[in-house]
Amino acid sequence: MLEVKDLHVSVDGNEILKGLSLTINAGEVHAIMGPNGSGKSTLSSVIAGKEDYEITSGSVTFDGKDVLAMDIEERARAGLLLGFQYPVEIPGVKNIYLLKAALNAKREALGLGEMPAPEFMKLIKEKIAAMKMDASFLQRAVNEGFSGGEKKRNEILQMIVLEPRLAMLDEIDSGLDIDAMKVVADGVNSLRSEERSMLLVTHYQRLLDYIVPDRVHVLVDGRIAKSGDAELARELEVRGYDWVLEESAA
Amino acid sequence: MSTQEMEQLVQREYKDGFVTNIESETLPPGLDENTIAFISNKKGEPEWMLEWRLKAYRQWLKMTPPSWAHLDYPPIDYQAISYFSAPKRPEDRPQSLDEVDPKLLETYEKLGIPLHERAALAGVAVDAVFDSVSVVTTFKAELLEAGVVFCSISEAIRDYPELVKRYLGSVVPQADNYFAALNSAVFTDGSFVYVPEGVVCPMELSTYFRINAENTGQFERTLIICEDRAQVSYLEGCTAPMRDENQLHAAVVELVALEDAYIKYSTVQNWYPGDENGVGGIYNFVTKRGDCRGDRSRISWTQVETGSAITWKYPSCVLRGKDSIGEFYSVAVTNGRQQADTGTKMIHIGEGTRSTIVSKGISAGRAEQAYRGQVKVGPRAKGARNFTQCDSLLIGDQCGAHTFPYMEIGNSTAQVEHEATTSKIGEDQLFYCRARGISEEDAVNMIVNGFCKDVFQELPMEFAVEAEALLNVTLEGAVG
Repeated sequence: MLEVKDLHVSVDGNEILKGLSLTINAGEVHAIMGPNGSGKSTLSSVIAGKEDYEITSGSVTFDGKDVLAMDIEERARAGLLLGFQYPVEIPGVKNIYLLKAALNAKREALGLGEMPAPEFMKLIKEKIAAMKMDASFLQRAVNEGFSGGEKKRNEILQMIVLEPRLAMLDEIDSGLDIDAMKVVADGVNSLRSEERSMLLVTHYQRLLDYIVPDRVHVLVDGRIAKSGDAELARELEVRGYDWVLEESAA
Repeated sequence: MSTQEMEQLVQREYKDGFVTNIESETLPPGLDENTIAFISNKKGEPEWMLEWRLKAYRQWLKMTPPSWAHLDYPPIDYQAISYFSAPKRPEDRPQSLDEVDPKLLETYEKLGIPLHERAALAGVAVDAVFDSVSVVTTFKAELLEAGVVFCSISEAIRDYPELVKRYLGSVVPQADNYFAALNSAVFTDGSFVYVPEGVVCPMELSTYFRINAENTGQFERTLIICEDRAQVSYLEGCTAPMRDENQLHAAVVELVALEDAYIKYSTVQNWYPGDENGVGGIYNFVTKRGDCRGDRSRISWTQVETGSAITWKYPSCVLRGKDSIGEFYSVAVTNGRQQADTGTKMIHIGEGTRSTIVSKGISAGRAEQAYRGQVKVGPRAKGARNFTQCDSLLIGDQCGAHTFPYMEIGNSTAQVEHEATTSKIGEDQLFYCRARGISEEDAVNMIVNGFCKDVFQELPMEFAVEAEALLNVTLEGAVG
């Protein structure tokens, strides 16, 4: 489904990703782990289309299509959705308005019309209940005055409404207490299916107790230094990253 | 996104650019006492009105244009302007829409103002000013039944001379400032509203101002009086056809609120801003002031300003009455080469007076915008309170936003709060929306509308919808 080949990415002349390759098949959940500054967040941001990154070589394809040639919004409509580590506040724009605009943009790309209002309200009510969020969230401005946990729940709410084909979740666990993390993990797990893939970017193994990945990759200095199954994450929790660093340097 | 892309995004053509060819009876350019006598005679005014105009003119001659504003424009040649232009047959004014020149109605249609439908459907009385003479006044009878007078200022001078004599110039004196003095000398038309004691005006009053005849300055004069416990909501909206010459507009609006009266004055302004080089736009030098003369009276200004090449405008409140309230809610958008110096003045004179200022400025392209606000608390204004919030949003990196707050507090019991922010339209916000599949253009509209929400919610419903649409058009671009 997603194919990243020998990706080199720089910011202001500093190379962050130095030849990263990664294949994610339909239905798979991949976790990217690694020490701070290893380029974890850069990967998901580049795939989502964030500007300010210079892609010097390599390719990213999604269902065979050249992702790097697509606009940000085209990527999202094609089903590549990024859940943000730091979701921004948009004052004065109601949460429900953003959800509706996003859903209808996707429907339009699929040749479907706008979702009728009653159907939309029914859908949202169902999803917001699933995220254990109060309906009043819908009327509040996007992320404005939300706590860290509320912001993260809101990201997952958007995911379960927009139903991406590849969900990229960037440090979705940061700043969450254990109860909030369970809710977030339940939301993410509810998205798991044969057709849907996920890319989890995380610093801690803790999240992976709740969302068990098929593959774990350790990113070191802009490259995948080691890959394994869920067991690798547990090993990292116990031993830290240093041994992977040493191994890859050797 | 690059600056260039940003620029593209905010490019748009003025949508209301067209000219209606109606034979005008127009004065040749030039201004002297004869010009004023001509205007006064054309309007069939009494002698006292001519004297009033001439007094203003003589004062104006001694005055100089203000230079303190953060605006840059070439000197205006007041002798190059024609001061009177009326559609044909002014004596034979149409009595109903059926009698109105179809071309004129067509003009309104193009502007999206199907006057008859609109008036009938929305229950809004419209006093449409086309060039300098009021052409159509609707719902007059219904308003009169309620005791409300809504007519052109020319009619008011003839039919309600006592009211006009008493109140005209009582809020904005003839020599208040350069442009007000000019207006006082040469104003040609405008609206007059009188709401008697205890009457709540049964409908929202609306006037569409247009500028049409070439090189003709428009000098509107509006006077609204609310007696004790009376209330009125007045809407003013403007568009103008595309022009090459700069067109001067110097309006004066005076509001008088007596005891427990409430006047809500809303403006959506979309005059031609000039082309991308700033050529041909409207110069808008406006004096708007409300006088809260009575105790517990309230005056609220709400404005959405998207047009004009130059905007010089400070809708203000003089809070004379005890516990009176003044409010100013403003959205100003400048794009291309537009320049705006706008804000408000809140003058607290009475005890317990309160004022609120919420100003949202949006700059795009190479536009320059300044917020200029004065809060003055006099020695008798015990317990006066002011809250000012002044936010600027920049789109792209070639525009400017400036804030000039002035505070003069002459009373130790006063509470004055000022909050100001300037932010660039967040690249992060744009990325966030686009990463949800929302197009760049929709995302900009969404963010800008969100930024302006505090002000839009103060507008009457139909105006709020119009304002959002207008903002979207203003920031419309060639994305993709």
